[in-house]
Amino acid sequence: MARITASVYTSHVPAIGAALDLGKSNEPYWKKVFDGYEFSKTWLKENRPDVIFLVFNDHATAFSLDMIPTFAIGTAAEFQPADEGWGPRPVPKVIGHPALAAHIAQSVIQQDFDLTIVNKMDVDHGLTVPLSLMCGQPQAWPCPVIPFAVNVVQYPVPSGARCFALGQAIGRAVESYDELLKVQIWGTGGMSHQLQGPRAGLINSAWDNAFLDRLIADPKGLAEMPHIEYVREAGSEGIELVMWLIARGAMADVAGGPPSTIVHRFYQVPASNTAVGHLILENTQTRLGEPQ
Amino acid sequence: MSLDKPYLDVPGTTIFDADQSRQGYWLNQFCMSLMKAENRARFKANERAYLDEWAMTEEQKQAVMARDLNRCIELGGNIYFLSKIGATDGRSFQQMAGSMTGMTEQEYRDMMVRGGRSIEGNRYVGEDGDAQPHRQPQGAAGGKKEA
Repeated sequence: MARITASVYTSHVPAIGAALDLGKSNEPYWKKVFDGYEFSKTWLKENRPDVIFLVFNDHATAFSLDMIPTFAIGTAAEFQPADEGWGPRPVPKVIGHPALAAHIAQSVIQQDFDLTIVNKMDVDHGLTVPLSLMCGQPQAWPCPVIPFAVNVVQYPVPSGARCFALGQAIGRAVESYDELLKVQIWGTGGMSHQLQGPRAGLINSAWDNAFLDRLIADPKGLAEMPHIEYVREAGSEGIELVMWLIARGAMADVAGGPPSTIVHRFYQVPASNTAVGHLILENTQTRLGEPQ
Repeated sequence: MSLDKPYLDVPGTTIFDADQSRQGYWLNQFCMSLMKAENRARFKANERAYLDEWAMTEEQKQAVMARDLNRCIELGGNIYFLSKIGATDGRSFQQMAGSMTGMTEQEYRDMMVRGGRSIEGNRYVGEDGDAQPHRQPQGAAGGKKEA
């Protein structure tokens, strides 16, 4: 059966993609960001999954105000990098995994999460910047990716508790898939940032690091944090961090399994307007196909 | 019964909720149209004529033409949609975000390199942080020395 092997958490700042695409990654400003992912690139090569389930948000790219799905799963065979107004990023197209995506959609909806199923969608920096940070600049991404878009643009966004429970449902859905597949789940966005108004530029490092601590050690308690605390303490766009709780909820320890292993942790201010946070947690390794 | 909006007392911050979204629907949809190159060209050729094709309010059109992003947000715009105007103008997210503070581009960039804007005094309206209404505009425009 399929299983979740690890979860990856990272910010998805558009300027990071631009810096990489424009060859600025060795400039001191950007090097501090990219250096934090050197370990991660090696780790991903050594622990290449069969599928990445990538939780992100669309930034008024695929979804305008025509339709605002709270949770949308990409079930297509492929997804093109979007033109967000600056031209499409020069990155590989994203190959989907329609069979596993359809399985997860059915299973998760049967667990009472009303997903929107998306068979046609361009993917913006929210999805491609994490891939770039973790993979560098390959000719093709290392494996298929299932995009999972969360509305964090129009308030109210889903609560942390709802996201955490959804992650648990996704974990169960993956485990009920018959094929032997190693699946990673990535949660992206954040950390503290605000892109609007006189409070633009807000960064709250103490709060961000406390969030990382609790994400590791007390995710259930962290999931009870109300929206207003994210907005007040981490900025209006810091609310993206609820998406990290989806990935965290899918980890084995949440379902009573052994504790997660912290493989890597990184924090850097700034990347453009944003605090960059990054974490990798592994599930305790068991052989594929072995009963848990 | 009115909606629960616990975020109205956060200084210098407008939350894009259902009411703002309803008010800003056409403004934001106009912004989305700028994702197509031919629409960007038509907008740049004659902004007023292009804006008049949309069911936006006059105030919204004026705010767009003035590139007053704070006003656009007040009138229902959302930064991810408004960023399409910035892209059309060749401006980055950082330039756009900075423009809403009154700081120059360099002042804002320097603030971010120093670790960003502090949360202290900026959690609730009525405190004395630099995002509070009585301390606008910020930077040299506010006539105060940068720390």
